[in-house]
Parts: sequence; structure tokens; C-alpha cells
Amino acid sequence: MLNIGKIEEGFVLDHIKAGKSLSIYHHLQLDKKDCTVAIIKNAKSKQMGKKDILKVECDIKEMDMDVLAVIDHDITVNVIKGGEIVEKQELSLPKEVKNIYKCKNPRCITSIEQELPHIFCLADEKKAVYRCKYCEEKCNDDLKDKYLFH
Amino acid sequence: MRHLMSPLDFTTEELDKLFQLANDIENNPKKYAHCCDGKKLATCFYEPSTRTRLSFEAAMINLGGSVIGFSSAASSSASKGESVSDTIRMISCYADICAMRHPKEGAPMVAATKSSIPVVNAGDGGHQHPTQTLTDLLTIRSLKGRLNNFTIGLCGDLKFGRTVHSLISALIRYENISFVFISPEELRIPEYITEQLKELNIPYEEVIRLEEVMPKLDLLYMTRVQQERFFNEEDYIRLKDFYILDKAKMSLAKDDMLVLHPLPRVNEISVEVDDDPRAAYFRQVQYGVYARMALILTLLEIEV
Repeated sequence: MLNIGKIEEGFVLDHIKAGKSLSIYHHLQLDKKDCTVAIIKNAKSKQMGKKDILKVECDIKEMDMDVLAVIDHDITVNVIKGGEIVEKQELSLPKEVKNIYKCKNPRCITSIEQELPHIFCLADEKKAVYRCKYCEEKCNDDLKDKYLFH
Repeated sequence: MRHLMSPLDFTTEELDKLFQLANDIENNPKKYAHCCDGKKLATCFYEPSTRTRLSFEAAMINLGGSVIGFSSAASSSASKGESVSDTIRMISCYADICAMRHPKEGAPMVAATKSSIPVVNAGDGGHQHPTQTLTDLLTIRSLKGRLNNFTIGLCGDLKFGRTVHSLISALIRYENISFVFISPEELRIPEYITEQLKELNIPYEEVIRLEEVMPKLDLLYMTRVQQERFFNEEDYIRLKDFYILDKAKMSLAKDDMLVLHPLPRVNEISVEVDDDPRAAYFRQVQYGVYARMALILTLLEIEV
């Protein structure tokens, strides 16, 4: 069993579906941040069997957490201060996401104009359905792995 | 500044105002003959179209304006790789309003975000064709005097027909509308539409044969059933006659039922129906010009 020490200030993303941590790492643009990040892959979980965990030593306010909700709203967000969990944040679906989903409709204008941002708007909050702003191509929980950029 | 991307961009109140204007144009064409003097419409058609482009051009000319544009991607700078965003920035310097047809869905919306003149979506792939829906609604409103309290039959290719989908989404905003979907199994109305109707408690039924529902319809919207949509020729031959409107089927309909069709018609409406006073599809083409004239005036904010 691999042991990773606790962080003093920052946040922990727990209950990430096994194998998804790198995708989240990129979407949160952690590769561009000069802070300590621990990516824990395939950790044992009673609840999930296997899970990923991300421990990030930076202020959560600097992060765009909307993308997390889009990728997986079951992720637990623990805010850490002084080495202790001080807050558990709930994830809510953002109204609009840019360059998180990639439109797969071959008839969409984004398929030929590469410089256009891929924008999806929340169409049905209950069913977590997003639609492409340009062509209204649908993306929901079942399809999102296919639609994610990374 | 406003654009038109989808028929739902206008509220029902705004549509009412637009249709009143269209009817005034119909009744007093001379009054509007010079209200666009000096104005230019750019028709940017990245794929061929006969009716829509000519209808837009006729609309602008009827208003005293003039028209510039191109009628295929090959004759535009798109063939050199220019983006829609760059093209519309250039067109904005030449014209006062732009009607754009593009094979890619969402292209007119991209244009609208970069444009300094109003952009009208004149059809973007299989996505939206709002001026056809305005035409359909204006025809119904003008010939029936209302846009509520109807049983409307939609017949033919209900799966891929964008005009049908747009018309349904526009009509569900009016009271007491019920739908009858008449199509072969292969071309049934998409589930997302029937789900939406269920959620809104809007009555609908799905049938395979046109004859059985003719007597109950107030309006019949015909579309083409294309052979290439079928998996095999046998099915096509077996089913195609169900969707051909002829005198015999018209004899089952109400005396004041109207037949609409977005055109082009191939063989789904027999020519013998053309002389029937209930056949409204050629009058619908004329209403298409009035609808576009009213739209141009509205988007250019010209008061007469």
C-alpha cells in the first residue's frame, strides 16, 4: 500500500472514477500551476472498488471547479486548512462550458472551423443534458466520456 | 441589433406583430415599395437553393432595396479557406442585412457573433430553417385566422425533416394544438419530440396510414418520403402510396382543411390536388415572400 502524506492547505478530490484523475488534472489546468499535486490512481475503495484521488496544494478559489461537475458530479471536494477538512463543497452543473466537451457532430460548424471554441449549454439540469451551442448536439452522462476533450 | 437563428427567437407576441406587418404588406404592397431604398441584402448561400434565395431576393427588391451575394461555396472565398467569421466581417461592410445558408449546422450563429449587421439563418444543414417556419405560421394564420385550436397532421419523413421539427416547436407555444404524426416506421418522429409533447401534456398520435386520420385534420403538412431513406426497395414500394395525397384521400378531408408543403414536391401530392381550393402550398410560397419582407423590416428596425 502506497502512502501519501496529508496536505496542509488546499483541496482533495475524492471518489474520482478510477482512471479519470489525469483527465481532471488537465481540465483543471493543474499542469500549468506551480503547486504540489498528488495523483493517486486505482486506490482501494469500499464504495467503488477502485477510485482515483487528487490532492492539490493550492487555494481552491483559484480553480474553475465547474468543470468537475460536468465531468463527474459524484466527486467529493474536501477543502483542507491546517491539515484538516474544513468544508465539503457540493458540485453544481454550470450553465455553459467551454472546451470541456468536443462536439462530435460531423455536420457542426466546429468540425471545419478549428479556431471556434466548443461551447455546450445546460439544456436539462435534472438529466444533466448539455447541448452544443451551435448545432444542439446532445451530450449527457452516458455520452460524456466520448465527448470530453481529454 | 437582432438576428434570427431559430423560430423561437421571437416571442409569440413578437411573431403576432411580424405577421400583422406581413398581412399589411400583402394588402398594401405599394406602401412598402420604397421603404428599403438604398439598403442592400447580402445573400450568402454556401449551398444551392432555389426557393429560399429567390424568396429573400424578391422580398428585398419588393421593398425597394437591392441584393448582392453568392449562391454556392465554390463561388465564394470559402473555397480559398476563408472562415465564416471573416466572411461576415467583410459582408458587414458591404450590406445592411445578411441571409446565410450553410451546410454546416451553427454557421449562421457563428456569423451573428461577429457581424455588425443582422444575420438571418436561411437554413443550416439539418438544424434550423426559421424563415420556412415563419412562412408556415403566416400561411396558417392568414388562411385560417388563428394559430390555436387545431389538429394538425404531419405526413411523410418526420425523422429527418427539419421543417417539421421546427414547425412543431413553434406550434406548441399556442393553445389547444394536437398533432397527428403520419409516417412509416422507419421515418417516425424522433423520441425527444414525443417526450417533450408528453411533458407538456400536448395530445398526439402516431399512425401509419394517412386515410384513417384525414377526417379529423384541420391542417395537413405534407413532406417528401425519399426512397433513399428506406432500408430496401420492397418497403419503399409497399409504403409509398400511403403517403401520396390524391383526390380520393382529399375526399375524406374536412371542407376547410388546408394542405401545406414546404416544397419541392415530387410525387407525394398528386397534381390533381393542385386545383382543390384546400391546396395551399403555392399560396404558402407567396406568404414566404411577405414573411421575409416583414422580417427584413423588423430586423432593420424600419417603421412604415
